[in-house]
This record gives sequence, C-alpha cells and structure tokens, in this order.
Amino acid sequence: MAYAAGVDVGSTQTKAVIVGEARQIVSRALVETGANVIRAAEKAFEEALHAGDLREEEVEYVVGTGYGRYKVTFGNTQITEISCHGRGAVHMFPGTRTVVDMGGQDTKAIRVSYTGEIVDFCMNDKCAAGTGRFLGAASSALGIPIDGLGPTALRGERPVKISTTCTVFAESEVLSWLGKGKKIEDILLGVHQSIAARSAGLLRRVGIEEEVTFTGGVARNMAMVDTLNDRLGLKVNVSEESHFMGALGAALFALDHILASRAPAKSGEHAS
Amino acid sequence: MAVGAIDDGIVGRGNRDGAQLFRVWFDELTQAAESDRGGAYVFVMGSMSELLRAFDLPIVFPEINSLQTAVRRVAHEYLDEAEDYGYSPDICGYVKADVATQLRGGALPMGRIPKPALAVYTNACNTYIKWAEIWERMYDVPTFALDVPGTRAAGAQTWPGDPDFENDRRYVAAQIRELIAVCEQVSGVKFDIDRLRENMGHANTMSRCWKRVLELNQTRPSLFNALTDGTIYLGVSNGLRGSEAGARYFSDLVEEMEYKSERGIGTLTDELYRLLFVGVPCYPIFRRFSELFTEWGGTFVNSTYLWFASGGSNLGFQYDLDDPLESLAEGVLISVRDAMDAMFFQTDILVEMIDAFHADGVVYHPIKSCRTVSTGLADNRRALMAGRDVASLFIESDMMDRRVVSEAQLKNRVDAFFEGLAARRGQAAAPAP
Repeated sequence: MAYAAGVDVGSTQTKAVIVGEARQIVSRALVETGANVIRAAEKAFEEALHAGDLREEEVEYVVGTGYGRYKVTFGNTQITEISCHGRGAVHMFPGTRTVVDMGGQDTKAIRVSYTGEIVDFCMNDKCAAGTGRFLGAASSALGIPIDGLGPTALRGERPVKISTTCTVFAESEVLSWLGKGKKIEDILLGVHQSIAARSAGLLRRVGIEEEVTFTGGVARNMAMVDTLNDRLGLKVNVSEESHFMGALGAALFALDHILASRAPAKSGEHAS
Repeated sequence: MAVGAIDDGIVGRGNRDGAQLFRVWFDELTQAAESDRGGAYVFVMGSMSELLRAFDLPIVFPEINSLQTAVRRVAHEYLDEAEDYGYSPDICGYVKADVATQLRGGALPMGRIPKPALAVYTNACNTYIKWAEIWERMYDVPTFALDVPGTRAAGAQTWPGDPDFENDRRYVAAQIRELIAVCEQVSGVKFDIDRLRENMGHANTMSRCWKRVLELNQTRPSLFNALTDGTIYLGVSNGLRGSEAGARYFSDLVEEMEYKSERGIGTLTDELYRLLFVGVPCYPIFRRFSELFTEWGGTFVNSTYLWFASGGSNLGFQYDLDDPLESLAEGVLISVRDAMDAMFFQTDILVEMIDAFHADGVVYHPIKSCRTVSTGLADNRRALMAGRDVASLFIESDMMDRRVVSEAQLKNRVDAFFEGLAARRGQAAAPAP
C-alpha cells in the first residue's frame, strides 16, 4: 500500500493530508503556521502521520503547497495552491468547473477542466480585502471569536453597507457602525456581504461556470456560504474537507507521481 | 545556447554596444547640462528626433531616464521626493521620478540631464500633455503638442491615397512646419532640409532593421528575450533615432540576429515555452521578474512594448527622402497611430503574433502607474481568450513603484501559470479518449 502526502503551508494555518492508493483520505492535521514555517510543516505532517497510524517511511512522496511550499523541506516537490485547490475540488465534486478559495490573506477564483487542471485563475492583489483577514479584523473590532462570526451574521436582518475595500480601515468602519447604534449581527452580515461581493467580482473575471466549489478555511463559515450563494445566484459546493482542499490536491498530485513511476515506460517515453 | 561556445564578438554585441551607446549618450547630456545648454524633451511615441537633431538640440527622453532609476533600484528615492513635494502616490511614476530629477538639478544615476529648452510631444499618451505642462511652469519654456489623429476602431485605419488619410497628412505636415519655426527660434539654428533628409535616412535604416530583428525572433529557439534584451534594443531605437550611430547599431544587430538564427543560438539552454508580453516591464525587479519566467524555460519572443514604445518603428516605415516634410508627416501619422493601436486594439495584433511566433501563452502585465497602457487589459485578455484557445496570465504590479511590487505574489501566479501550461501540453500530447 502506497501513501502520499500533501502539506499546505498557508499564511495562518498549515494543513497536511495523507491519501492512500484508492485516493481516499487516510488522515489529516491542522496546525497554526506561526513564525517558524519549517516547523509548522513538519508538525502538521507528523500529526497527520500520527492520526493515520503511519510511519514516515510509508509515505512515498510528499508535495508542498501554499505560500510556504518551499519551506516543506522534507517534500519531494512543490506545486502552487492554485493548482492544488483545483485538483482537490474536482476530486471532491467532479462536476466542479469553478473554484473559489478563500484563505487567510488571499481569495482565488480558479476555472478548472474536468480533470482538475487550471484553465484560468485570478486572485486579489496586494490587498487582503475580501479574504479571511477581513473577517479577522471584524472579529477583533467586535470582540467575537472567528467561529462565532458566521452564526451571529446569520441572525442579521438589515445588513449595513461596508464601503471600505481596505481590511485595515474595515475595523474602524465596523466601530463607526457600532457608534451609530447598529446591531452587531447586521454589521457582521454587511461584512460577509462585502466579502461575497468582492469574491464574486473575482469569479466573474475568470468566468463563472457551474458547478462552483467553495474551498479554504472560510468555507466553514455558513454565513459566508449563504451570502456567496445569494450573490452568485447559485448554490456552491462545500465539502467537510474544504479547509484541507489544498493539501488534498497536493496529496493527489503526490499519488499521481507514485503511480506514474510504477507504470512501465512506453517506448519513446522517459521518466521525469 | 544550442551550439558550442561561439564567441567571435557577434553574439551579445547588441547588448554590449547598446550599453556603451547609452553611456556615450548620457555623457553628452551631462556635458550639455554642464555647459548650460537646453535640451529637447521628447517621448518615445512620436519623438520627432529626426527633425530635432537637425537643430543640434540634445535629446532627452524623460521616460527612459525614469525607468533607469527603477532598473538601478533608486526609483523609490525619486518617487518619495516628488511625493514629499506634493505629487500623489497615484500619479504616473515616470512623471514623479522626472519631477524629482528636475528638483535635483537634473541629477540621475547615469549622469546629469540638461534643463528643457523645448518639449515636444504627441497625443499618444494623455499624460504627456500634463507632464509637459510641469516643465512649462518650472522653466517657462515652449511646449509643442503634435496632434496625431488616431483610430477610433480596430482595422479602420486609412492609408496614403485615401482622402481621409491625405487630410490627416496635411494636418500633421502643417504642425511640423510650425514646429520647425519653434525649433529655429529655440535653437538659433536655421532649418536645413538636407540635414533632416540625412537624419531621416538613418531613421529608415533603423526602422527597416528593427522590423527585421523582430521578425527574426520567430526563429526557434528565440534569438533574444523581448523583455530583457529587447528593452536594450528599444532604448537605442529611441535614444539614437535618426543618428548615424543608431543606424550602424541596428545594422549590426540584424547581422547578430541572422548569425544566431543560422546557428540556432537561442537565449535559453532549453526553451520550453514561447511567450508574448503585453504591457510595460516591471523595472523595480527587472532581472528577477524575467527570471520568474526563464526558470520555467519560458522566454518572451515578442511584446506589445516593443511595438508601441518604439514609436511605431517596428513597421519598418521608409521615408521618401525626395519629399522629406510630407513624408515625415506620413511616417509620424502611421507610426504613432500604430503605437496607439498596439495599446488599444492589440487583440488582432496578438492573434497574428501567436501564429507567427508560435507562442504558447500571453502574459498581461497592467501597471498601477499607467492608465493609458493598463485600462482595458482585462477586457482585451477576455477578448483574446474568447477568440483563441491560448493560455494567458494576468499579473499586476508597476514599472516604477516597488511598493506595489510583491515578488512572492508574482511568483505564485507565474508558477501556477506554468503548471497550467505543462498540464495543457500534457493533455495535448495524450491520446484522445
């Protein structure tokens, strides 16, 4: 039995996934990235090994992904999280043609082929507006833990209009709405709608083709899923594994490598 | 290189001689500044150098000066100085670097430039007009706007013989006559049509050769990188336009490219992907920006920059030396119009380039500094992708301001682009299901 792993070193959290030969998820782990990126990658991988009751030598190939992919020092190769999210999303939802990945500091819109390969993509540039960090700013301003943002926003009825596109200024705008006596749930619903609007803009730039799959840590936020559905006028796919989609895609690429290396070389082919 | 080391002085000569000519040019500008001679400030899209050289005016290209500050990694000092002076961060970085240069008495890393005695510009870029007004206010010098009729729709250009074109030619020729009078007044040199004719002859050589150099890069492997090497050639094409040295340089460059073409000498050891570039290069990390692509075996075989920033000389337009003024008007009209078309109606041009240069992908690089070049690139890209199944990448940064250049973000996008190109190639090679 061969095992393959993907380690996704993101800006805030590092995820590791180990898959088996049948492309099934064997185990997963999630740790805070922190300042020591190399250690975070190691720790996530160790925890995934432990969760799967596996030894390191049983994992034949490791792919690093995410912004810290080159810090996965034990990895065999690196692939961008753009390709990995596309691959992971199509694996979980084979009908996927468009992916929206919302992470800690960037949001990506990715158009994929039926095989999961990238047709086109675009991302927010040099600005964390419309990303998980935007929610973090609201969480900090309102004193509500990240996990509580979605449920609170879902109670909102009269959302405020968040006009700033800057994450730094978002915090002061949230405070100004509080000062005007607006309800916290209405402010938070406005924050979610603002992020959904920016994400929808990115998606339109690559072209929205159904099915749309929502990946990344923010996909766990049900208010974000709802506002995105409203904005797009469709129902996005969300998996239990959304948060691990990049690591899963990386693990699947790693498995491809293992399986390809086992296949007998055809005449005229050379191993890479 | 595809063949064993060949070094008889021809390979790489364009880059070496280009750098040397730049040094000589800036030495001359420094001497002019120190002897308090005023220069003719001009721009790359319609510089009128052929004419201005006939009045012995030192020619200053503020766009080239500004980009040199970025390549030499000091642009931020100039930008900060202009912003401290009151210019907004949102204004064109070229303009601000020039403002700071003026505030520093013309001091640049490459030398010192003279103050303007005259500014000549076309309407090819809207910023040119406001930029020249800054010098007008600073130095109380004449500025001359050459209004070149452009095209309102792709493919709707008129050509010599067409009544509309002839009207436009007369309109431009009349402006050139006005410009000659201004030049005589500013320089104190009487207009000599034979000197103009001689300069136009050199410009003919340069245009003819530039067109040939661009065509030669259709060769596999590509002979020069349009982004890096091409920018050096472009600098000479502008800075020495209409000069004997410029004509000699481009004749030599054709010889170098033909030499490399015949021997299969390319820019990369292993050229895997041939790319087209749309926009202006990222000068603050010029070398690294190029490496982001070459590390994957990608090389730029052509760019819209080599078209519009060469003032349209890519067309190889040949002046009729028997009728210099009318022919100059015709050349300006066609060349500047083509430069504008390369920015605004580039999709058809790109489709032709994709075929001619066997390009695997197109890289769009809008920049914060320049609305003229960048506005509409997203639409242009969409139009290209709708009309052609070609991989494309859209990355944003700036040609001057390192504050909006994030190498990590650029690398991530470039890496993903090449992963997609590799997958696309793999799919194309796979047997049909």
